[in-house]
Amino acid sequence: MKCGVLQFPGSCDEVDALQAAERVGEAELIWHGDRDLRGADAIVVPGGFSYGDYLRAGAIARFAPAMESVIEFAREGGLVLGICNGFQVLCEARLLPGALLVNANRRFTFRQLDLEVLNAETSFTGACSAGDRLSIPAKHAWGRYYADEPTLAAMRERGQIVLRYAPGENFNGSLHDIAGVCNEAGNVFGLMPHPEHAIDELTGGSTDGLRIFESMRLAVEGARA
Amino acid sequence: MPPEASQTLPTLQDALALGLTAQEYELVCEKQGAPPNVLELAMYSLLWSEHCAYKHSKKLLRTLPTEGRHVVMGPGENAGAVDVGNGLACAFKVESHNHPSAVEPFQGAATGVGGILRDIFAIGARPIAVLDSLRFGEPAGEAGTRTRYLLDGAVSGIGHYGNSIGVPTIGGEVYFEGPYEHNCLVNAMALGLAERERLMSAAAAGPGNVLVLFGASTGRDGIGGASVLASAELDHADTGGEGESDKRPTVQVGDPFEEKKLLECSLELLQRNLLVSLQDLGAAGLTSSAAEMASKGEVGIEIYVDRIPLREAGMEPFEVMVSESQERMLCVVEPAKVDAVLALCEKWEVNGAAIGAVTDSQQVRVLSGSDPGSSELLGEMPVRALVDDCPLYDIHPQKPSAPIYEPAPATLAPGSGAEETLLALLACPNIASRRPLFEQYDAIVQSRTVRRPEQADAAVLALADGTALAVSIDCNGRRVAADPYRGTIATVLECAANLACVGAEPLGTTNNLNFGNPEKSHIAWQLSESVRGLGEACRALQAPIVGGNVSLYNEGATGPIYPTPVIGMVGRLADARLAGRLGFQRAGDEIALAGPFAPSLAASELEKLHGRELPDGLAQIDVEAVRAAQAAVRDAVAVGALSSAHDIAEGGLAVALAECCLERGLGARAELDAAWLETLADAATSVPGDGDSGERVVAGLSARASAALFGEGSGGFIVSGAAAALGELGERVPVRRLGAVGGDALALSFTGAGEGGDGEPFELAIDALRRAHASLGELFA
Repeated sequence: MKCGVLQFPGSCDEVDALQAAERVGEAELIWHGDRDLRGADAIVVPGGFSYGDYLRAGAIARFAPAMESVIEFAREGGLVLGICNGFQVLCEARLLPGALLVNANRRFTFRQLDLEVLNAETSFTGACSAGDRLSIPAKHAWGRYYADEPTLAAMRERGQIVLRYAPGENFNGSLHDIAGVCNEAGNVFGLMPHPEHAIDELTGGSTDGLRIFESMRLAVEGARA
Repeated sequence: MPPEASQTLPTLQDALALGLTAQEYELVCEKQGAPPNVLELAMYSLLWSEHCAYKHSKKLLRTLPTEGRHVVMGPGENAGAVDVGNGLACAFKVESHNHPSAVEPFQGAATGVGGILRDIFAIGARPIAVLDSLRFGEPAGEAGTRTRYLLDGAVSGIGHYGNSIGVPTIGGEVYFEGPYEHNCLVNAMALGLAERERLMSAAAAGPGNVLVLFGASTGRDGIGGASVLASAELDHADTGGEGESDKRPTVQVGDPFEEKKLLECSLELLQRNLLVSLQDLGAAGLTSSAAEMASKGEVGIEIYVDRIPLREAGMEPFEVMVSESQERMLCVVEPAKVDAVLALCEKWEVNGAAIGAVTDSQQVRVLSGSDPGSSELLGEMPVRALVDDCPLYDIHPQKPSAPIYEPAPATLAPGSGAEETLLALLACPNIASRRPLFEQYDAIVQSRTVRRPEQADAAVLALADGTALAVSIDCNGRRVAADPYRGTIATVLECAANLACVGAEPLGTTNNLNFGNPEKSHIAWQLSESVRGLGEACRALQAPIVGGNVSLYNEGATGPIYPTPVIGMVGRLADARLAGRLGFQRAGDEIALAGPFAPSLAASELEKLHGRELPDGLAQIDVEAVRAAQAAVRDAVAVGALSSAHDIAEGGLAVALAECCLERGLGARAELDAAWLETLADAATSVPGDGDSGERVVAGLSARASAALFGEGSGGFIVSGAAAALGELGERVPVRRLGAVGGDALALSFTGAGEGGDGEPFELAIDALRRAHASLGELFA
């Protein structure tokens, strides 16, 4: 699998995401001004504060030339993973349903969290089983997932709610403890916690995040076979 | 400059208003050969301010050790650096942003972080971590309202800047004490990594080379910050009184997004070898940056003010030259490379403008217009006069004959029981868990963080070769107030002890000397005694000082702050995987006290809770014995022999044991020999204040046993591990077995009979300890 990791002015976790993707395949950074995705099999929109989060988190980044290509790539079924700010960008780009609001505690909060896998049938959770617990850190100020009830009901029906915060872990106040969602087609996935920061016992506190990247590799290779 | 302004020369009164003394103004006239004009006077007043010229501290600072085998870059550049192996250097420095934070805490703290990060990347290092050292007044109740506002603002500001720029905030410290109420302290430390051979100097070189200013545009923010704000005492109106807003415009406004682009742009410029030298713009803006670059390179500089991108119209040349607008850098570029530099600025979406040139005139010349043909000379000053000729002053230290500080109001009755005393200590603002603060910081971005806050006594960052850096920042100002000399030695030892607990050996030190008005003899005494202790301790530890900062005039209407020499220390350990942890890890492990611990209640946290006055002096410290104990603990941790190691600090042995239990929620059972406990505190009893008043300190315990359990001092560690490992440690350093890890409570009992009775056993469930320790959460509710 070859992974392209977008880099905007203000991206912070792009190198971490690059290193995580490199654990399961090839990876390279793609500059925001560049329309060429260089034959990537999957795209990671990383965390950080793209364009300073000005206007609204992710609101400017969605118009970057690279994002135009990513939107087209996603429409053609390419795998797109959005982490934290990347999740916000994908919601702004309407590749994912819903929106991310300011945390219920109104503060930037960093915590190692337990997440529960609700849907293990996606291209991003195929290496997990439903009900698995993943220990992954989260760090954000705008992570309260919101969508209207009809949308949520439809998402639940279609298995689009992929990850949720384990009981007691939902510090940001996300509706229904939602931590990560995918689009209807299942090829675009966004989550607030940072799987790329849970790939090494030494610095990550766990290696559970690697399973997200491993799942993507399996999906890409499965599609090829 | 409008013609009428250039004709009306400023007067002595104007110079005084800008912070110069009459004698200094006379000297400026002499150096200039004529009275300075508005622009020149503005520039002199900033460069000759305490903040820029260190005029009351420079003579003392010259006594500090700055050389050692690990030092790559010492004081004088934007940051110091030490060798960390494999051709890499670690750059680090601590700086203060105290007065801006007292006036506007969010922006004051945020721009403090921004400023220290620029110092790091100015020498070509990528910032890899931030730590912060904060001081506020007492936070509780009605009286603490403003303190809580300052705390909340400062913590948000630090988080806002560090989080947004992608540099982890990995550690820090905060103390709450009355003397900081009207003059809070916000010190920020940053670390960076660079290839040793590529470290960059700020010295301008090569007459004919071009001066390029890049980053944010220049506005009216922060005008006079270095002189008006940083080099004078705050009055009450600045910090909560009616005139609070008067000084707001001298506080800069930060934009971490702009700095993130500036950081990446600077590092790419360096990586492509496009620069001759690089300097950040901090206090005194372009004035100080240009003058210092010229001074270091022994050249001249000329600047065309009309070429500088401005944020607002109608700015006077002097405003442009002294603006402290944030997120700007100044570099020297060979003429052939200017286009490439400007193209890279465009890539990163930062302004870039060629604003002048390096000359061989030895003068700083400021010109109007955009090119030599259409310009007029607005000001001309000899570089040497600006940078080197500010008079240095002797200070006149005299030990005060009466106590300077009021005791804090008592919050715990002397003679309370041991359980109640321990819980009160765990809940007091100086000891309670810092989780509500550090949870607001991203501690893990860049994927190097091996030990997060509260997991170990020092923060640990993994390097690519499998080794790791460790870093600690510390200062207990109340103990320094009790004894500036020994208190400062204890501070340095505390930093080194924190490093030892993760298995790291000190490489170098940075410091931020936060003191009151040095023109007063008692403050001068605190400062000179503290610097004496600092030098001795750093020499003993072979941890030379590679850079630092001085913040004086930290006084409010109610008096000076505690003398607060904040020490940051960087160390290295061979194997990141073996980095130590502070908490008990394994039920069944033995627990021991290691080191030459001689606890005393003098100036301890418990005496503060009891409302006792500060003692006049601390007990003598056997620095060599402490150093040897640190080495022994460090070596044992570094080979993975111990399960945990924790330095005994505020609250003493009992609090340290509780903290070891809290990290993983593992209890401990300790049986303490009463006679031994009493001998433990014996060594320090020569200092008044150790229960010699006849009053019970802790109910059910003798005065000495109380001092042993709750007293403080250097050189003590709580270690846990296999019996054999503790036995081995005992061959190098005094080790006393205390008990074993296990259960869900901290249980202490006493055997034998001490002079004050048996001592009643006590037991506190982990949950009870945790509830007490979580008390700071209320401040952020």
